[in-house]
Amino acid sequence: MQQGKSRAGGAMQEKQYTPSLLSFFIYNPTFGPREGEEEKKILFYHPSDIEKNEKIRNVGLCEAIVQFTRTFCPTKPAKSLHTQKNRQFFFEPEDNFWIVMVVRNPMIEKPNKDGKPPTIEYQEEEILDTVYGAVVRQCYSMYKLFNGTFGRAMEAGGVELLTQKLEKFFYRYLQTLHLQSCDLLDVFGGISFFPLDKMTYLKIQSFVNRVEESLSLIKYTAFLYNDQLIWSGLEQDDMRILYKYLTTSLFPRHSEPELAGRDSPLRPEVAGNLLHYGRFLTGPTNLKDPEAKFRFPKIFVTAEDGYEELHLIVYKAMSAAACFMISASVELTRDFCEQLDGLVGPQLTLLASDICEQFTINRRISGPEKEPQFKFIYFNHMNLAEKSTIHMRKTASVCLTSVHPDLMKILGDINCDFARVDEDEEIIVKAMTDYWVVGKKSDQRELYVILNQKNANLIEVNEEVKRLCATQFNNIFFLD
Amino acid sequence: MTEPPQQHYLELSENPVQFEHASSVNNVFFDEANKQVFAVRSGGATGVVVKGPDDKSSVAFRMDDKGEVKCIKFSIGNKILAVQRTSKSVDFINFIPDYPHTEFSQECKTKNANVLGFCWTNWNEIVFITDQGIEFYQVFPDKRSLKLLKNQSINVNWYQYCPETAVILLSTTVQGNILQPFAFRNGTMSKMSKFEIELPVIPKPAKLSLSERDIAMATIYGQLYVMYLKHHSRTANSPSAEVVLYHLPREGACKKSHVLKLNTTGKFALNIVDNLVVVHHQSSQTSLIFDINLKEPDCAVNTHQPVLPARSIHPYRMPLAGPAVVPSQPPVPCQLYSSSWSVFQPDIIISASEGYLWYLQVKLHPTVNLLQDKGKLMDFLLRRRDCKMVILSVCSQILEGGVKGSLPVVATVFDKLNQVYKEYLEAEQSYTVAMESGPSRGSAAQKRPVRTQAVIDQSDMYTHVLSSFTERKEVSHKFVIAVLMEYIRSLNQHQITVQHYLYELVIKTLVQHNLFYMLHQFLQYHVLSDSKPLACLLLSLESTYPPAHQLSLDMLKRLSTANDEIVEVLLSKQQVLGALRFIRSVGGHDNVSARKFLDAARQTGDQMLFYTVFRSFQQRNQRLRGSPAFNPGENKPRIWFIFQMKPTIGGLKI
Repeated sequence: MQQGKSRAGGAMQEKQYTPSLLSFFIYNPTFGPREGEEEKKILFYHPSDIEKNEKIRNVGLCEAIVQFTRTFCPTKPAKSLHTQKNRQFFFEPEDNFWIVMVVRNPMIEKPNKDGKPPTIEYQEEEILDTVYGAVVRQCYSMYKLFNGTFGRAMEAGGVELLTQKLEKFFYRYLQTLHLQSCDLLDVFGGISFFPLDKMTYLKIQSFVNRVEESLSLIKYTAFLYNDQLIWSGLEQDDMRILYKYLTTSLFPRHSEPELAGRDSPLRPEVAGNLLHYGRFLTGPTNLKDPEAKFRFPKIFVTAEDGYEELHLIVYKAMSAAACFMISASVELTRDFCEQLDGLVGPQLTLLASDICEQFTINRRISGPEKEPQFKFIYFNHMNLAEKSTIHMRKTASVCLTSVHPDLMKILGDINCDFARVDEDEEIIVKAMTDYWVVGKKSDQRELYVILNQKNANLIEVNEEVKRLCATQFNNIFFLD
Repeated sequence: MTEPPQQHYLELSENPVQFEHASSVNNVFFDEANKQVFAVRSGGATGVVVKGPDDKSSVAFRMDDKGEVKCIKFSIGNKILAVQRTSKSVDFINFIPDYPHTEFSQECKTKNANVLGFCWTNWNEIVFITDQGIEFYQVFPDKRSLKLLKNQSINVNWYQYCPETAVILLSTTVQGNILQPFAFRNGTMSKMSKFEIELPVIPKPAKLSLSERDIAMATIYGQLYVMYLKHHSRTANSPSAEVVLYHLPREGACKKSHVLKLNTTGKFALNIVDNLVVVHHQSSQTSLIFDINLKEPDCAVNTHQPVLPARSIHPYRMPLAGPAVVPSQPPVPCQLYSSSWSVFQPDIIISASEGYLWYLQVKLHPTVNLLQDKGKLMDFLLRRRDCKMVILSVCSQILEGGVKGSLPVVATVFDKLNQVYKEYLEAEQSYTVAMESGPSRGSAAQKRPVRTQAVIDQSDMYTHVLSSFTERKEVSHKFVIAVLMEYIRSLNQHQITVQHYLYELVIKTLVQHNLFYMLHQFLQYHVLSDSKPLACLLLSLESTYPPAHQLSLDMLKRLSTANDEIVEVLLSKQQVLGALRFIRSVGGHDNVSARKFLDAARQTGDQMLFYTVFRSFQQRNQRLRGSPAFNPGENKPRIWFIFQMKPTIGGLKI
């Protein structure tokens, strides 16, 4: 994970290191209150090969800091600890359960002459509490999505089961954390919605309703196109984390082989004379396989009485993906899957091509897209809608941005300022690199614009942003 | 018969025309043109009683007995009576007041010809059909004479007349299967193209093979058809009888257009009711109905199977006629499909022996349970006359059932209804446009489109189906929402503007079940179209669902005619500066009343804010009128004066 990056500079090369994960642990102080039992507090520790006493020491330190700071503000426990080399983030998702993530600050390694060891310069202020605080919370939400709460595991099988579950989940999950590319979007944890005309949207509604009616086992349905959400039968918070899982983990995993040309999705399945391209992304890869297992991942979502456990069936045809959620108490059979495949496959294939067609028409109407002078991030707290022209398409491994990290940091800083007050605000910053950065907050919406107009003055920048709002956001109430 | 009574989809009219039944002294005639029954007693000497569909067309009179009456008909409007007593001539009697009443007579012009019959084509125009041709006359009642307008020589076996279209069909040639139609209109006679009826067997030697009884003419869906009852024949490869329809256009060639499969053999009779072809089958005492506009997916083009299973006409009871009737005596059941029945086009059944004339009617309610395919049922119902309430009840029935997989059916039904609804709206619109553009260029004066019962609009659906459906407790809200969305989808698909009350129904249902996130998504994709009432409805939801505030403001913004409302909303939220900035951005700052802004600013208790707002308006006044003072018309609250005085007090250094 230690990605070294060379900066051009003759023989004397500096090496820059991005922030990286030092350790990640989960503990519960009430599990080992007596001396000598400290190890019992630790439920999960990464990296696991660290010596036991050091683990105990680190956990103890966190515990102490949290206890100590509590005296100053009992209602708001400490969230992070800044040190020269690293930053620690504390999060108590459930009573007495603490998740701690330690991130090493980014640093620059400057080689010295005469064979002396290189000087290391830590950039303590380069990382943002809000971004990594959000990352920790996301870790917990993702665990909860697939396992339910810590409390649930405790009830079901005590500490032993919980540690098993934590080990199983986080061992893999932490490998997928890419701390160097975390930014403002992690703070928002938003959902990208697919722009669609009313008629096509109603067709999708109709499709979802029909499937839910004929396969009455299905409790909730979500519909995505091009990795963007169109319909969610789940509540907003559950959809938020499921969306995160789908777009950052499941879809990229399946799209990469497609892009590589292997495992072609073109499956000339003849079902009632109807060719369709539907396939299961979770569960059986091939329905015809007599050995196929009909096991689907289980997810936990909030329900009226706490939570409910559901099978997650993700079914995709071309760019359209439908997630069907079915109560986990039902056992899913080959029969059911075949029925679903037969019903959904042809319809979804048709819908996917409908949407694609409609989308191309709409794009043609809106005219050829010119390379705009600006890049922006938009987020609406009310529906979690997010839109970014800064970020490239997400892949399984990295989330690419098209702007310099320094600018991303400025965006994060502006966001922190906005979070502090309730009022509408506007902040305009001229960055070192001659970029203009504008942040606007209107009611529950936030807009961040990066303008590449070196010679523009403040008034021109303001006008430019107004123009942007008028063209891109003319159908919402967004105060100038 | 033990079948439930609601299964009969055909019935005889409740108020039949009653007349003196046929007997040795009383001859009964029926005129299809005026739909009049003539009861001629003793050749007319003891009286002729004419009963029509209404009292106005009923007449009674006497005439001299000059021999057996072969045919008797009034001209249109009961102006002139024509009586045929011999095969050579027709006698006329004026029924116009002040005209001489003495009979006059007209012999057919063609020598040695026999008059087969005659038809009135107008109040004073008559056609004689002889075995050697037709003669078209104009009658001059005042002169008591006729003038030959036109004649045509042609060998005629028999003829048929369709009064609706004034078309006479002649059977010609030895076999009788070449049919020659003639059309009459305002004193002109035009020969239409002749056509041949395909006989099942060609007889050898040639002889008359097409019977008058097997041919009928009627208009179906506004088009004239010749219906041919093609009996099954053992020699030809036709296992059962069928009805073959030949379309007879005003211009152009006649074409065989539809084949109705009867799937049985025996004696049949045809009626046309509500554009349906009704085929009565005597031996089974049942009737079949066919709708030639109903597409049969699994049949060859234009081959039709009966729409519904065969059923008999609804049992009919006749009160005992005559003055001697005992009041308590129950009515006796009428023998249906009796051999004494005569069937006339389009929808008339006469029992001469009992003295009844009925109109055949289709009852739509029983069809609902007989036709399982709801899409087909809708296609069927939408073409019927009194269909509205039946259609609405079918809609309710589909929704009530809650049968699994009924959504696609619901969708199909909605689409069919809205297709008709849309066609009507479009016709209405193009009519309005044509009217507005002025009648000057309206040489083809457009007729206002007729709103048939098949036009089921949103208010009908709301009142009779949806509002009660959404209130049903036992139906899952998921299904309710799915149905409402399906209806909205269907309306949108047909480019029909959705009425506000439907959106309200959706919102009400969603709110009742706390499905705010769904509502939010619908609004996000503009499924619920923007309107001020909808925006206000959303505002009212803010206390239970805070994001409704944003949704509402967005909607008002998009409407672009609701700037005042936006200002009010913002002021009510004490966002005075926001309101001010907004009104400036839309250019309404100059005309806005300062008072409500200042009131709102004062209510915040924020002195700085009040001052800012106050100054902003002073500056506006300065710019507009050259003075910071407010117009006297602008009613200022008292606190303004305090504010205006303050700097003065400061200046005095108290």
